[in-house]
Amino acid sequence: MGMNLFKTTAAIAGLALMGTGMATAGEESALTINGDLTIPTSASAPAHLENIDMVTSGWIYRTKETQALQMDDFDNPSFVFVDVALDLWDKVDGSEGKACSSCHENGPEEFAGLTASMPRINAEGQLETTTELVNECRTERMGAEPWKYSKGKMAAMTSLIGLQSRGSVVNVAIDGAAAPYWEKGKELYYTRVGQLDMSCSNCHEDNYDVMIRADHLSQGQINGFPTYRLKNAKMNTTHARFKGCMKNIRAKPFGQGSDEFKALELYVASRGNGLTVETPSVRN
Amino acid sequence: MRVLIATAVASVLGSTVAFAGAAVAPGEVKFDNGTVAASLTGVAGDAAEGRVVFANRKLGNCLACHTNTQIPEESFHGQVGPTLDGAAGRWNEAELRGIVSNSKMTFEGTIMPAFYVQSGYFRPIEKFDGVSILTAQQVEDVVAYLMTLK
Ligand code: HEC
Ligand code: HEC
Ligand code: HEC
Repeated sequence: MGMNLFKTTAAIAGLALMGTGMATAGEESALTINGDLTIPTSASAPAHLENIDMVTSGWIYRTKETQALQMDDFDNPSFVFVDVALDLWDKVDGSEGKACSSCHENGPEEFAGLTASMPRINAEGQLETTTELVNECRTERMGAEPWKYSKGKMAAMTSLIGLQSRGSVVNVAIDGAAAPYWEKGKELYYTRVGQLDMSCSNCHEDNYDVMIRADHLSQGQINGFPTYRLKNAKMNTTHARFKGCMKNIRAKPFGQGSDEFKALELYVASRGNGLTVETPSVRN
Repeated sequence: MRVLIATAVASVLGSTVAFAGAAVAPGEVKFDNGTVAASLTGVAGDAAEGRVVFANRKLGNCLACHTNTQIPEESFHGQVGPTLDGAAGRWNEAELRGIVSNSKMTFEGTIMPAFYVQSGYFRPIEKFDGVSILTAQQVEDVVAYLMTLK
């Protein structure tokens, strides 16, 4: 299954390689994965961003060692979890006696491009995340228990689904029915919270590319999520990352899967419109 | 045992009394153009203690954002704010006390946290609700330490 994906991307990547040569890690270089999939790590900022000209992937701010782990799927520890998800894919669960593969017969490849447009508005006009799509299949279609929002199985499955969009350009819709959610997410992004009284923008817009003690601040983009972190040796979801950043400024985090974090996810994803999906990425 | 307990109690009482008696509460600090002329405690700041508070990640964590060549043993110094090398040459004590207590009174809209306020911030984690990041004496200690950065 994974191999199929590499073959399809290889053709496109041949072209891209000519431009960048053997990229070395660093801010100006492109991210080349498995020697053949080249992922641009910066792009012109989407029109709605007023204070930033270029949007950049978090990958460029990491050390060469961490960057290298993402440049080869054999070195990328995320793939242990992708394999876990491939097992879950075929595992029968719930009262209907079905596995994901019972219905999604073409494999996870069916979801190519999906993550690049998530979260999105569903038929009922509600904002919906990839995590919710998976749990909807589990509860409504399999008669199974939902997986915990950010825990191991869900983080693994959304990594497998995200991998199908690796190389696709992020393009979440922010207009129409998405607009009120987007506005709410934007407000959360710029609101100072916590005893340290800071907003996401204080660090990720005003100070990206600056050292904050031992950390090189990025723009806080989510085009690589879920991401494997060396710090905790597992896949980390967007909501888990938002939670961590809020706790660091001594703010009470919103719940994982809460309306607030969903709106924030839409807004943060939209700040990366134009970047390329890197899931599953590696960070420190 | 008895002696130990007795002195322990005495010293706890002693510090409580000194604190409650002399410290200016966070809401009561008098700013004049961002500066705070009077000591918050009436007890002289201890520069050596201030240096510890300055570097400690759970207290001042000033190194998160400032470099300071006087603390070479800490390998990571942030660069969000200006270097504090020579800070005492740029600011007097009253200005530094104001900046450490509530830097927003000096630098409008700054990212630098206010270290001696206990309200005006939202959604704090419960244990940080209604308490300042530093105590009054810790502010005095940090100010005394900054005054050594010539
Ligand atoms: C009983 C059949 C069934 C099972 C089992 C099932 N799904 Fe689905 N799934 C569907 C249907 C039907 C849809 C809706 C398709 C549509 O709207 O086009 C769907 C949609 C999805 C979507 C959204 C796709 C998109 O492009 O909008 C995802 C992601 C998904 N399923 C993942 C899973 C996963 C992961 C599992 C196993 C945990 C699973 N599904 C199990 C039937 C199933
Ligand atoms: C005090 C500064 C600070 C604040 C405020 C802050 N973060 Fe972060 N954030 C960091 C640091 C440090 C990292 C790790 C290095 C990096 O990627 O910037 C990080 C990482 C991230 C990442 C991972 C980026 C990647 O490429 O892996 C995301 C996403 C993120 N933050 C989102 C947010 C959001 C959303 C908020 C507001 C709720 C927020 N952050 C508030 C400091 C901050
Ligand atoms: C989150 C980052 C951050 C932290 C933490 C921080 N500061 Fe600052 N500090 C700044 C910034 C940014 C400025 C520049 C003022 C502005 O916002 O324009 C500044 C300015 C200052 C200045 C004036 C600098 C000069 O010489 O011109 C002093 C003094 C100072 N800080 C002391 C401290 C002390 C002491 C601590 C720890 C108790 C501390 N700061 C913690 C970000 C920070």
